[in-house]
Amino acid sequence: MSRAEASEVSEASEGSRASGISEVSEVTDVGVGSGTAEVVGLWKPSPLWALGLLRNELVTTLRRWRTLALLGVLAAVPVLVGIAVKIETSDGASGGGGGPAFVTQITNNGLFLVFTALAATLPFFLPMAIGVIAGDAIAGEANAGTLRYLLVAPAGRTRLLLTKYATTLAFCVVATLVVALSALIVGSLLFPLGELTTISGTRISFGEGLGRAFLIALIVAASLIGIAALGLFVSTLTSSGIAAMATTVGLLITIQILDQIPQLHAIQPYFFSHYWLSFADLMRDPVYWDDLFRNLGLQGLYAAVFGTAAWARFTTKDITA
Amino acid sequence: MAELSTAEPDTGPATGPEAGPDTVIATRALTKRFRGGQLAVDGLDLAVPAGSVFGFLGPNGSGKTTTIRMLMGLIEPTSGTARVLGQAMPRATRTVLPQVGALIEGPALYGFLSGRDNLLRYDSADPTADPRTRRARVAAALDRVGLTAAASKKAKAYSLGMKQRLGLAAALLQPRRLLVLDEPTNGLDPQGMREIRSLVRELASDGTTVFLSSHLLDEIEQVCSHAAVMARGRLIIQGPVAELAAGARGLLVVTTPDPGDAARVLKEQGMADVVVEEDRVTGEPPDRDLAEVNAALVSAGVRVRGFGLERASLEDAFVALTGEGFDVAG
Repeated sequence: MSRAEASEVSEASEGSRASGISEVSEVTDVGVGSGTAEVVGLWKPSPLWALGLLRNELVTTLRRWRTLALLGVLAAVPVLVGIAVKIETSDGASGGGGGPAFVTQITNNGLFLVFTALAATLPFFLPMAIGVIAGDAIAGEANAGTLRYLLVAPAGRTRLLLTKYATTLAFCVVATLVVALSALIVGSLLFPLGELTTISGTRISFGEGLGRAFLIALIVAASLIGIAALGLFVSTLTSSGIAAMATTVGLLITIQILDQIPQLHAIQPYFFSHYWLSFADLMRDPVYWDDLFRNLGLQGLYAAVFGTAAWARFTTKDITA
Repeated sequence: MAELSTAEPDTGPATGPEAGPDTVIATRALTKRFRGGQLAVDGLDLAVPAGSVFGFLGPNGSGKTTTIRMLMGLIEPTSGTARVLGQAMPRATRTVLPQVGALIEGPALYGFLSGRDNLLRYDSADPTADPRTRRARVAAALDRVGLTAAASKKAKAYSLGMKQRLGLAAALLQPRRLLVLDEPTNGLDPQGMREIRSLVRELASDGTTVFLSSHLLDEIEQVCSHAAVMARGRLIIQGPVAELAAGARGLLVVTTPDPGDAARVLKEQGMADVVVEEDRVTGEPPDRDLAEVNAALVSAGVRVRGFGLERASLEDAFVALTGEGFDVAG
């Protein structure tokens, strides 16, 4: 259908709005009925059009009330941590040990609230949010029945799965950045900013500190790749969005608990959460990369294994929902 | 796609048969056994001629929806083949389905999106849909089903009838060669049903083949040119509607205050399958002059209020074929 014809369609529909419903059938003959042969024969769809679904998926996900609520909770964590630290230290006493990493340094430098907030949300809040989005990805569509219409459109099973995974990964980045930005704002409002001291004891400028904070946020987002793939796989197994979300979050909690049991140390390096807190190594000078790379490698392994499993499952599944 | 692209581009859809085979849907020994071992569809040989309005009938659980899902590539057949628009499903979903509009087991919508955004989403799921004309096509589809005024409302606020219309609009986003409509008038008021029927006729007159499943027989009889009947996963019969209805015999109906005597006399006169319902006695007419039958009734002292033949409807054919109906209930 050419541009000229498209404008004809919109003109036509405007015309019918003006003249009432009785003209509907006549009008749409012009619009929808005319192009049958053209569509079949002359038309080459652009490969770029395949990205339309991804764009729509991103917009749709970010517009959901549920997504906004999750992001709101994540944004609230740094606020709570910041206020708590402020109250705790307002009487001059320095906070003792305990609490998430970097928490004692916040009073000296608001930038540390970014690291603290990420350290506080990474074990549970962030992966839980990812588990909700990933678990709901396919199962939620199956639950609502919209999956069959997407596939009949035809979205294509592989394309739909890739779109869902890409959207989940985008959400990982967005969720992490929401935590980091919220922490940066709260930190700069409540505490002084300036040069900071690394774990190794060297001093780096505020600009470099900001750069490392951004890098840490990206590493934290990348740490969620594994659970995103796991959630997507679970999502292909069931037609109930709630069940998929609950299973994914349940797996998350189970793994976190198993990671604390010393007797299991032989298999612990294969838990997706095992190297999560290695992002703190980015605050060393020089940066200690070993665990960071192990973490990224492990996330890649999870993405490959569970991504393939999800694909194998979803492309052969009977869609009866 | 070879067959399709060699078709002359300006061949109007209504002018004669298309390139390739005349059947838009052809299945051979199509069978689906679910994991529980339940045989949902058993050796189905379905042939839907191009340009027809094809009614797909059957009681609940007879395998209609499973068949439709196999045709749409949602379910893999256990054995047998299904060809849609000349190509094997589910392998050719990418080339076939953009030319097929479908409404399967009722509409499914994103409640948190507006009606318009629902259609925009379904349209963007189709990689062959031009994004430059997307808004215009969505507006045209909304117009066509009479939802323009409600397009900005959230879909969760829609009534069942409005959801059904939106589902139909999604099937009409592009010019289609085949429309698969599973119970399209479900949840609609009589006015809405009429509108959908006239829409179906209009689409069919444009040359679109319409595959319509319904349990409303008069609906099938009103709009369909062909029909198939399924029961317990098997195809009972298929063909032009006129032939199917002709296959069933008419019904002799006698209205009388003396139904008991009337039934006895009518049986003596050779009427089969006699059923008494209050003051109505019905049955298969005997092979003799009906005037004689009436005379016999009167001479036996039966008071007759009404005496006549009811034309066989598709419903009678359906009941006769699926073996569910009157003589069981009587």
